[in-house]
Amino acid sequence: MMTRAARRRAQNGIFVVLCGIATVIALSALVMILWTLLSKGLGGVDTMIFTRDQPAPGSPGGLRNAIVGSLIMCSIGMAIALVIGILAGTWLAEYGAGTKYGQVVRFLNDVLISAPSILIGLFVYEMLVAPFHGFSGYAGGVALAFLATPIVVRTTEDILSLQPGALREAGMALGASRAFVIRKIIWKAARTGLLTAGLLGFARISGETAPLLFTSLGSQFYNADPSQPMASLPTTIFQFALSAYDDWQRLAWVGALLIAVAVLFINIVGRVLARETHRK
Amino acid sequence: MARTDTASPQGAPPGHATGEIVFRFACAAAATFLLAALAGVIISLFIGGLPAFREFGFGFLTSTTWNPVTEVYGAAGPIAGTLITAFLSLLIALPLALGVAVFLVEFCPARISGSIAIAVELLAGIPSIVYGMWGLFVLAPWFAAHVQMPIAMHVDPDTFLGKLLGGTPNGANIFTASLILAIMILPYMAAVFRELFLTVPPQVREAAYGLGCTPFEVIRAVVIPYVRRGMIGVVMLGLGRALGETMAVTFIIGNAHGFPHSLFDSGSTIASTVANEFAEATSDMHTSALIALGFLLFVITFVVLAFARLLLREAKV
Repeated sequence: MMTRAARRRAQNGIFVVLCGIATVIALSALVMILWTLLSKGLGGVDTMIFTRDQPAPGSPGGLRNAIVGSLIMCSIGMAIALVIGILAGTWLAEYGAGTKYGQVVRFLNDVLISAPSILIGLFVYEMLVAPFHGFSGYAGGVALAFLATPIVVRTTEDILSLQPGALREAGMALGASRAFVIRKIIWKAARTGLLTAGLLGFARISGETAPLLFTSLGSQFYNADPSQPMASLPTTIFQFALSAYDDWQRLAWVGALLIAVAVLFINIVGRVLARETHRK
Repeated sequence: MARTDTASPQGAPPGHATGEIVFRFACAAAATFLLAALAGVIISLFIGGLPAFREFGFGFLTSTTWNPVTEVYGAAGPIAGTLITAFLSLLIALPLALGVAVFLVEFCPARISGSIAIAVELLAGIPSIVYGMWGLFVLAPWFAAHVQMPIAMHVDPDTFLGKLLGGTPNGANIFTASLILAIMILPYMAAVFRELFLTVPPQVREAAYGLGCTPFEVIRAVVIPYVRRGMIGVVMLGLGRALGETMAVTFIIGNAHGFPHSLFDSGSTIASTVANEFAEATSDMHTSALIALGFLLFVITFVVLAFARLLLREAKV
């Protein structure tokens, strides 16, 4: 017969162990994935990856067309997302903070952050691809913009809300308009944070595959003209990984490694910058 | 904040008030653009799916036939696949995510806890296609050889268990898709759970410890009741992610049309069906049926995510 105290101790001990086991299971699953990625991808990284376009099965080649396509479409997406996202985030933090409309916008923006990306792809297909009868890099970029914007909005609002009210009061006391204070003082003080907002948005879209499948479609040729169908790293990986050719599958692993490393790197930089902003 | 923003003080440079109005208008327009985007998504998906809804009516939801050759489309298969994989993945990920979050907040030394938390959050950002490739090339073959084969050999296919776990042992099925989904939503849910637990005021916790509670009792009797609504929010958020996740599932679910007959049967989800077929759909009705599927997915995820956000908003996470 256990005493009550002993039973409670035992109960607690089991609980601690279970939580520890959960953590070990979670971390080991993730370590296994990263390990597979490194062991299958690292051996294939060479200069050809960046200098040659995707090959026919059986011949040597690289991922240049996919990398260039990804960079172009992500740039288009980020250009749109930064303008709209920073302005909307600014409105939420500076003008709409206490209003009903502000609450609605903030709420729907949070919902948009987690909305399935494939639906954004369908939407852009309906808006841009079907009416103009053509898959294009522009359509792909716009789809990515819809995915990055809510993240930029959220981060911008958070960062601007952290700026001390005294900054605003000081500016306005000197007779500057509110818009002037926001642009020249608040944005300037928060510039590292705004950079973080951009980086987090970029990290989100750089690995996106689903919305590109039917907006930019993909292309096997080198193409720097966004009005044409355009290859991207994720869609090329998708195509190569599901192919029956060993060398295509090898290239898919290299591509997956490149994307994962890029996303991790951008996220870490964003995080470090964000921490510095918070410390100020 | 003082509402003096539009009043232009004397001596201000010319164009001052106009600049203010233009800037303010631009900001408000950008915010409104977000609303328009969301409305645009739902309206365009509805209009795009309308021909399919008209043609098949309510049967679109209940029919399991999906046949591009005869142009007959029913969504019951992908809908079932979506719901089953999402709930199954939640069932696997929820206890693990809770365990990780509790471990990080309560038991782990602060220094290590911070690093593990950051690692977990970073992993939540890894693209879904990477998880998909791992699932296809590592998890599926292992699962086929070490789980499906032994079960197929030892379990009588006529029993309930045999029916539940029947299917071609190739590793690409509803269950492995749920496993991959669970691994994907786990870091994400653990991170939000952790933030949620950190919102519990330390005084409340310390008071319970002061009464002599064990950590287990503090969590069960103080922490969890304090954040209960938020916890439902995290669960819904995980569910929303699992419902809409596309690439990883497309890699590993086997992409079979129709209603899945067992847990180890190949199937499809709404997202995987759209990803697989949309670019190749040749007839207008096929395209419309796929967009109609998208509309259904949007409605389901919107309700789930909106509910999640409402609960989390109250919990201030």
